[in-house]
Amino acid sequence: MTQLAAADTVASTRGAVTIDVAGLAKRFGDTRAVDGVTFEVRPGEVFAFLGPNGAGKSTTINMLCTLTRPTGGFARIDGYDVLTQPDEVRARIGLVFQEQTLDDQLTAEENLRFHAVLYGVARAERRARIERVLELVKLSARAKDLVSTFSGGMARRLEIARGMLHTPAVLFLDEPTIGLDPQTRALMWDDVATMRREEGVTVFLTTHYMDEAEIADRIAIIDHGRIVALDSPEALKAVIGADTVDLHTDDDDRALGRLRDAGYRAERVGEGVRIFTADGEGQVPRLLETVAGGVSSVHVHRPTLEDVFLHYTGREIRENDGEPTSSGWMRARRAARR
Amino acid sequence: MRTLPAPAARVAERPRWHELRTVLMVWERELIRFERNRTRIVTSLSQPLLFLFVLGYGMSTLVGSTAGFDFKKFLFPGIVAMSVVSTAIFSAISIVWDREFGFLREMLVAPASRASLVTGKTLGGATVAALQGTIMLALAPLIGVHLTVALVFEVIGLELVMAIALTSFGVFVASRINRIEGFQVVMQLVLFPMLFLSGALFPLSGLPTWLTVLTRLNPLTYAVAPLRQVVFAVQNVPPLAAARFSATVTLFGYVLPVWLELVMVAAFALIFFVLAIQGFSRRD
Ligand SMILES: Nc1ncnc2c1ncn2[C@@H]1O[C@H](COP(=O)(O)OP(=O)(O)OP(=O)(O)O)[C@@H](O)[C@H]1O
Ligand SMILES: [Mg+2]
Repeated sequence: MTQLAAADTVASTRGAVTIDVAGLAKRFGDTRAVDGVTFEVRPGEVFAFLGPNGAGKSTTINMLCTLTRPTGGFARIDGYDVLTQPDEVRARIGLVFQEQTLDDQLTAEENLRFHAVLYGVARAERRARIERVLELVKLSARAKDLVSTFSGGMARRLEIARGMLHTPAVLFLDEPTIGLDPQTRALMWDDVATMRREEGVTVFLTTHYMDEAEIADRIAIIDHGRIVALDSPEALKAVIGADTVDLHTDDDDRALGRLRDAGYRAERVGEGVRIFTADGEGQVPRLLETVAGGVSSVHVHRPTLEDVFLHYTGREIRENDGEPTSSGWMRARRAARR
Repeated sequence: MRTLPAPAARVAERPRWHELRTVLMVWERELIRFERNRTRIVTSLSQPLLFLFVLGYGMSTLVGSTAGFDFKKFLFPGIVAMSVVSTAIFSAISIVWDREFGFLREMLVAPASRASLVTGKTLGGATVAALQGTIMLALAPLIGVHLTVALVFEVIGLELVMAIALTSFGVFVASRINRIEGFQVVMQLVLFPMLFLSGALFPLSGLPTWLTVLTRLNPLTYAVAPLRQVVFAVQNVPPLAAARFSATVTLFGYVLPVWLELVMVAAFALIFFVLAIQGFSRRD
């Protein structure tokens, strides 16, 4: 009886955590690429690693997918240890790397078939599964075309389809939108959302684009190999504090007086009045009422992840023109141009 | 320690023969790429053709023929071997490209053993190399080399052994090379010397001592010789010519039989096959 209960507890804990990481670390010589990170990802969650170049995002993914050996801590995927049970882990993860990893001398279908065989998708299910993932990323019409004829965006989407082919528990996406134009990026995130909805997969992604991190249920901000903050986008922004509403009026002093009388926290800023309040947008009608005329413009600013990032790291995320400078990026471009 | 129960069966059990299927799939990819890349087939034929006709005719006038048997006929099996060897090395080295363009990661992160991946790659490269060598046989009538059905099968068999050995070697080298630039170095420092010192292009008898030593240390020597021996076996080689254009290798005054040469090549293949698997099993 106690035995059973214990087993149940273990089973349910396992069910509650898809990625379980504690104290995970990787050193390259003197470089602490990843310096002891701890987090959990729940089933069906979209979890984002947000960090600047060289923060250790790719290194963490490489450890989670068994390509790099950790120098400290542990990581379990769906209950399997990346160090001692790499094959079990590999069978349960789908990967989209920072650089393209398709064989462009093969057709889309051949690339998928290769993957299906290596991942042990049963022969009877192979065809149906290939057709399904191609459909999910809307590439069915290009199944027989060589990947060398694909655009960068199409190749990326094919990689997502391939990552999902063997129904993994977790889909890892390492900076998946690098080198893609905004429109293609949006399409790609649609694909990811589809996969999550239709296949119930857990998603772990890394990015240094704020707007992309925003789609995640929870975000870990990583800097110099350490997690400096981890929470939902809303909660992270709440840390920064209230929304701000800037009003430009005919008579700022009068407006300020009325707002303060009404109990608002407000102050003069340059040519205008700034009000600090929760739910800035919702407050606009009441603010206008309070000021009672003479308002020439209203500007509501919600705290952004950019503010959050600045708050925790003391710098802007994109110090060097926003594109990753690592070899990964060069490689992705080279592969794309090939 | 208690073992944890298996998680909900999202992932089906891996099917039977998973590793075998992996080998076949990796092998098939090599063939698809070979078949699709016709320019490569033509370019890799051009070099042996150049050797056969330019060197063959050029040297024939110099060397002359001995009792009606000329240098071109001697050269022919060597050129076939040469084309097998260079195709095998090129196929194996394509792993370096796979690494550069990311596809190697796709393979290495799959839940399949490294041994299966290396086996598939080696067999694929070897098949392609043997095919390429067999295409060369079409030139035999032009040179006046006589072919029989049995000979063709013997040649294909020997080509496969040779190709497996050289592809294993190439895969091993590729496992240690991280950059495309390294490939050039290997070609210059390993492949060309091996080809030139193998007896593919000149008889191995009556050489200066230093050259004799170098050729006997070269494993390729023992792969080229059997091919020439089986080809010569069905030609009409007058005794005088046989002495001049010797097909056999002597080691310490002992003429090596074909089977012993094959054992040596097989041992070479096995060593590098194991080293290649080890090379790809490293994880940093
Ligand atoms: N194989 C390696 N050998 C030595 N140092 C490495 C290696 N791989 C990564 N590093 C170093 O580890 C640190 C983290 O690199 P990583 O690639 O994980 O960063 P990232 O967050 O993915 O950056 P990016 O946004 O540029 O892709 C960097 O300082 C990098 O130089
Ligand atoms: Mg990276």
